[in-house]
Amino acid sequence: MRFSRVLRAGAVVAAASLALAACGGGGDDDGGNTGGGGGGGGGAESLTIGIKFDQPGLGQKTPNGYEGFDVDVATYIANELGVEAENIEWVEAPSAERENLIKRGDVDFVVATYSITDKRKAEVDFAGPYFIAHQDLLVRADETSITGPDSLNGKKLCSVTGSTSAQRVKDEFANQVDLQEYGGYSECVTGLESGAVDAITTDNTILAGLAAANEGKFKLVGEGFSDENYGVGLEKGNTELRDDINAAIQKMFDDGAWADAIEKNLGPAGFEAPEPPEITEK
Amino acid sequence: MFDLFSEDYDILGAFWVTVQLTVLSAIGSLIWGTILVAMRVSPVPVMRAFGSGYVNIVRNTPLTVIIVACSLGLSTTLGWTLGGDDFDESGFRLAVLGFIAYTSTFVCESLRAGINTVPVGQAEAARALGFGFLQVLTLVVLPQAFRSVIAPLASVLIALTKNTTVAAAIGVAEAALLMKEMIENESDAIFLVTAIFALGFVILTLPTGLLLGWVAKKVAVKR
Repeated sequence: MRFSRVLRAGAVVAAASLALAACGGGGDDDGGNTGGGGGGGGGAESLTIGIKFDQPGLGQKTPNGYEGFDVDVATYIANELGVEAENIEWVEAPSAERENLIKRGDVDFVVATYSITDKRKAEVDFAGPYFIAHQDLLVRADETSITGPDSLNGKKLCSVTGSTSAQRVKDEFANQVDLQEYGGYSECVTGLESGAVDAITTDNTILAGLAAANEGKFKLVGEGFSDENYGVGLEKGNTELRDDINAAIQKMFDDGAWADAIEKNLGPAGFEAPEPPEITEK
Repeated sequence: MFDLFSEDYDILGAFWVTVQLTVLSAIGSLIWGTILVAMRVSPVPVMRAFGSGYVNIVRNTPLTVIIVACSLGLSTTLGWTLGGDDFDESGFRLAVLGFIAYTSTFVCESLRAGINTVPVGQAEAARALGFGFLQVLTLVVLPQAFRSVIAPLASVLIALTKNTTVAAAIGVAEAALLMKEMIENESDAIFLVTAIFALGFVILTLPTGLLLGWVAKKVAVKR
């Protein structure tokens, strides 16, 4: 009995290490394959694209598929690269994992409210920007005392834990405002509804999505106090793919599909399409 | 790469908040957990029912739900700030309240196990000498029960230390919140950031476990 138990334990250990080895090897293989596909650029027949799954108006997974501005931009780019919409595989790209997804080759590119920063440029390449978002304020529809960042004295603000927007408030308005950080925007919305906070602050695109989801209750102040350049993140050094994506974005600006996508996804919140940004990541 | 001790990130300050959360919650849960266990073993049926009902409901509720409910339910909806002047203070106090409510159930169950290690003859002897319920509990049973559950309580304390990271969900500026900020800003050094915070928690919890393990051996009741 004892002998067979030892044997069985040994078998389990062997199986576990085999499974682990298989995982590691599999990961490497995937990286090689998709990397090659991405390198092909226009010739690729299917694409894996990273998006947000949980941001209304930008990238959201719904029972009917994926919808949002980022999804529309990604679909347009894929089309220009010669890939039909049904051949796109969508992958969730949470903020903290975007660089790793790209570096490991798990995705061909990422369109997920991905701000272009120098730190990130050290890790990945960007195409675009395809949109310039501004940090803005969302207030109750009957609010009149908050008109912009200058009128925040003594106000209570809400944002998401650790986000760039929350940090900017801490750095620049630390002595004037009382900041509540929550794990998600839905808690902030509850606070804004009940009057526990006076405003929610983050990128205006996200705020527009929140306002559209709670129609008539909230309004955007519309006085942005920062610029966030949303870019398409891709593997470092793949200039061919980057140029193709840039050409696709430029075409989207020119033929009006870009303005239509903004109108469709963010329009319900009274968000109007601005002038398209200039493509700087070349 | 970033400068570890730059003024941008107050890592020690963040861990200090973690320590404060842990110590205050540990003291609170020890007190409330002891009261709960007294209820669970008391001769009054209503108290027993309350004790077991509370423990079973709170212990089986996810901690994140409890902490967020403290903030959204008590503070946002009912307007209780527990005397805090701003969100920083009231968030901290609400988090401590939530941790006490949750951790005390585990303290209570550990203590109840400890009470079961005390031979029933001792309680009977105390009763025969004319001790009332509270006297039997506080003078005879609990002192021995505590001494036999130091090691399980150390596990509860270590779990509590790590659980304090949940307070980031309501914006308490402890270690996990700083880690989120650093991951957002230092995308080129995510593994280093993670390693720093993992190491910080090991530095907090490992000595706790070793020290209390030693204490447990020292004070154990030899039977």
